[in-house]
Amino acid sequence: MKASIAALAAALIATAASAQAPKLKVGLMLPYSGTYAALGTAIENGFRLYLTEQGGRLAGREIEFFKVDDESEPAKAVDNVNKLIKRDNVDVLVGTVHSGVAMAMAKAAKDNGTLLIIPNAGAVAVTGPMCAENIFRSSFSNWQPGYAMGEVAAKRGAKKVVTITWKYAAGDESVGGFKEAFEKSGGQVVKELSLPFPNVEFQPLLTEIAAIKPDAVYTFFAGGGAVKFVKDYAAAGLKNSIPLYGAGFLTDGTLEAQGADAEGLLTTLHYGDGLDNPRDKAFRAAYGKAYGMPPDTYAVQGYDAAQMLAIGLNATKGDVSKKADFAKAIVAAKIDSPRGVFTIGANHNPVQDMYLRQVVGKDNKVIGVASKSLADPGRGCKM
Amino acid sequence: MDPATFLVQCLNALQYGLLLFLVAAGLTLIFGVMGVINLAHGSFYMIGAYMAYALAPAFAGFAGWGFAATLVVGLLAAVILGLALEWAFFSFLYERDHLQQVLMTYGLILVFEEARSIALGDDVHGVAVPAALSGSVTVGGLMAYSVYRLFISGVCILLAAAMYAVISRTRIGMMIRAGASNREMVSSLGIDVKRLFRVMFAAGVALAVLAGMLAAPVSSVYPGMGNQILIICFVVVVIGGIGSVRGALAAALLVGAVDTFGKVFFPHAAGVLVYVLMALVLLWKPEGLFKAT
Repeated sequence: MKASIAALAAALIATAASAQAPKLKVGLMLPYSGTYAALGTAIENGFRLYLTEQGGRLAGREIEFFKVDDESEPAKAVDNVNKLIKRDNVDVLVGTVHSGVAMAMAKAAKDNGTLLIIPNAGAVAVTGPMCAENIFRSSFSNWQPGYAMGEVAAKRGAKKVVTITWKYAAGDESVGGFKEAFEKSGGQVVKELSLPFPNVEFQPLLTEIAAIKPDAVYTFFAGGGAVKFVKDYAAAGLKNSIPLYGAGFLTDGTLEAQGADAEGLLTTLHYGDGLDNPRDKAFRAAYGKAYGMPPDTYAVQGYDAAQMLAIGLNATKGDVSKKADFAKAIVAAKIDSPRGVFTIGANHNPVQDMYLRQVVGKDNKVIGVASKSLADPGRGCKM
Repeated sequence: MDPATFLVQCLNALQYGLLLFLVAAGLTLIFGVMGVINLAHGSFYMIGAYMAYALAPAFAGFAGWGFAATLVVGLLAAVILGLALEWAFFSFLYERDHLQQVLMTYGLILVFEEARSIALGDDVHGVAVPAALSGSVTVGGLMAYSVYRLFISGVCILLAAAMYAVISRTRIGMMIRAGASNREMVSSLGIDVKRLFRVMFAAGVALAVLAGMLAAPVSSVYPGMGNQILIICFVVVVIGGIGSVRGALAAALLVGAVDTFGKVFFPHAAGVLVYVLMALVLLWKPEGLFKAT
């Protein structure tokens, strides 16, 4: 008798458990320490905000988070991503900021078939030669802001331009995009300056720029390097004589530190201040209320990563193993982002407006669209 | 390269080299004389920079003297921090082997970084250049050189001269030199090595903190800045000869020059040139340019 009661209880517990779909395991692999720590936090905040708005569930499934600090360290990337895939058995990977780390994640995702949504890293290869059915990006490719700025620089009459960036994939790709658009419009990149990542001794290169005297300078720097570069550029007396154009990261999340030295700078990005659409206003209010600070581009990208996950899950009734349906739903969707509505291209990279922004006080004020519905060419992507 | 450009590049090299020297001087003394591999030395530089950022608002009311006040208060705090750390941690490390020293000082890096994260967050911050030094000197054409960078170089040169005087002309300097070449003999001569080490350690910390505070207005402050400088400073220490302040100065200037001109002439190899320099120097002089004397 006792034994049968125990069996009955066990059976009841089992049915109660199976009535509820198991939790969806989401692996967040983001930088929580180092230069990009603040970016990792903003992405997670954005992601969680969307989840909270959906009542904590996506397609009826509760979400369980597994977190790994990737330290923006490519050397540790393979180990870190394997912790999430092999040890924690996550259903979805979300990450990361650093392009080199994201490449390792994409490789692992491709090999293991785990879903991956990249909420920042713009490495062109991820939606180019390495593209896959289960890899998506909610942010941008490095090529996009660069290309948009190339058009802007040519339109503003620059003929001879010097570029300066860190010698690593993101910098090279951003400069590549700029050069492509700028030279197509008849301009010429007369010198490509670079220094090793994350070195911030810009002084010798600034002296070079002063000696070359180009019409304008295009640059890709982010985080601490961006702050220092903008300040050094002004301190070297170049700000008033040679216009500085940058990919948006130059002045994103860094304006407080850059102060007056950034005033008036022009950058291109898929998000900015003063977009003046109701979706953005609501997002900003909700984010401010939840975290006590205004959102930035990274928060938007985290938020949209969650939106994309929701779209895919809704189409597959929460079953992440139906990868073809998942991908089809995302590519077909119009994603209602705070940045404006965007779609996902065939190579799984956003097709989106690139805004031209100008630094006004502590804001990256949107002053126009630099390039409408710009799609990354996805060179080398075969799906 | 025209003369004006060359002149400015030389100033760039000099300023970078001198700043490296300030950090490396403490590192080489702690390494050479006290025998401790101090991986946390870069953290002191980071602490200095963040102190310049955090203290600046407190002294904003001092008219032109806010920055000077920040430096003085920061230095005092650095000396206290140095004495406390030596008492609490480093004094136990002198007799231990290098592995244990590395483990503990690496642990300190993590503690300092986390403390920084909790106290001041992970954002990048800028520190205003003091108003009196915010101008720049025009060298010709578009070429300008900021007065503050000249000021940094000036302060570093003064400190280098002062260190030279202390080490080669004073009694405590004699003890330091003796300690670098033979620690046992020094203590058997009745010199209080414990106290000597404590003072030296605090001085090393103070130098690194000062370098951080001086660099803050031009470098901005950001997480992980200490580790970046630590690596390059170890290169300086090894090139210069472990324990030799003179060697550290020569090596720092050399590294500054190689880094600066390397970036201009060989941009694609700029990342490795400094390490190639180190390898060449070690092939030529395995103990570094100046053996501690």
